[in-house]
Amino acid sequence: MRERSAIVLDAGKEYLAESRLAPVARGLGLSTLGELVSRLRSEPRGSLSSRVVEAMTTNETSFFRDLNPFDALRTTILPQLIQARAKERTLNLWCAASSSGQEPYTIAMVLREHFPQLLEWRVRFIATDISTEMLRRCREGIYSQLEINRGLPARYLVKYFEKRGTEWQIHKPLRDMVEFVELNLAGHWPALPQCDVVFIRNVLIYFNLETKRDIVGRVRKLLRPDGCMFLGGAETTLNVDEGFRREAADKTFVYRLAR
Amino acid sequence: MRALVVDDSRAMRLILKQILRELQFEVFEAAHGLEALERLKQTGCVDLALVDWNMPEMKGIDLVTEVRKLSDYSAMKIMMVTTETEMEQVQRALSAGADEYVMKPFTKDVILEKLGVLGLSAP
Ligand SMILES: C[S@@+](CC[C@H](N)C(=O)[O-])C[C@H]1O[C@@H](n2cnc3c(N)ncnc32)[C@H](O)[C@@H]1O
Repeated sequence: MRERSAIVLDAGKEYLAESRLAPVARGLGLSTLGELVSRLRSEPRGSLSSRVVEAMTTNETSFFRDLNPFDALRTTILPQLIQARAKERTLNLWCAASSSGQEPYTIAMVLREHFPQLLEWRVRFIATDISTEMLRRCREGIYSQLEINRGLPARYLVKYFEKRGTEWQIHKPLRDMVEFVELNLAGHWPALPQCDVVFIRNVLIYFNLETKRDIVGRVRKLLRPDGCMFLGGAETTLNVDEGFRREAADKTFVYRLAR
Repeated sequence: MRALVVDDSRAMRLILKQILRELQFEVFEAAHGLEALERLKQTGCVDLALVDWNMPEMKGIDLVTEVRKLSDYSAMKIMMVTTETEMEQVQRALSAGADEYVMKPFTKDVILEKLGVLGLSAP
């Protein structure tokens, strides 16, 4: 670890390594951290070690992370979908790799703030992560001062949060908008509805090409024909899945089914 | 772009100044609200003001209220940067005319992301 990333693990920080590396091990189909370590020893400079480093450094997330995807959702993607679904009035959203919940709750705030008409629709919003601890945090919706400082516009803080001691909790109506479900992207997925919008950002970086292909392919089958997928800034379907095309949306890109 | 940093702590002004300079801002300073009003008379409207709450002479919240009475500075984005962390204070700052609110302590990313929210730079 130290060689690759300059991260030094103090004694007593083992739980940290365990919680961060368990997803990587499971993602590779290894059942214990021990197996991961022996793999790592046999190929200390390979792509596995960079994934381990990545995992150790990032559970990283923030409200309105990168900003542009949420602007695109507001200005372009949702208005189009709301028009296209005006008759059936249903919308399915999926946020894969929700981490501690900032991303799904950002989407929930955008929905509440700018599309109040959706209150009359059947909206299913599912957020998933591999980590039980992260899902617990999602359901609880409690954030530290540093977390609410990051990227969250002050008027949203005032409107959608309550102060609890030194921390801040997102309002219950927003928490109730999202179903949180445990899901290992690299494993078997529980039943999911056909989706209109999929956020799967800053998680494909954990996987090798083969696993990426498998995951992106399964997302493709889940997307409705006019649905779209959001990836992280450093991620792409290029050379991963030719069934997608990249399309400009506001100041960013979304991925749609290639025709 | 140009920014005004208003804080009675010299160390805090320095930290904020450094972050803003890296983003190519030209930075002016004031140690309290009254000095900030004086400085603004010289500089004219700046793009951004970072304003502490608790300062001698004139508090940040009063500065915000005063500045928002003056149409000359209506284009200026105001961000409170303060140790005040109660919901009532955030609400009060927003209704006085502040555009954003940062609670101390903060990291550089916090400032960058908030500037993104204000449309003042890529986050
Ligand atoms: C860097 S965070 C990204 C959070 C959020 N999507 C964002 O962009 O801010 C990565 C998340 O992916 C989750 N993760 C890692 N491996 C996973 C897997 N195999 N299946 C599902 N989630 C996984 C981690 O638990 C972590 O919460």
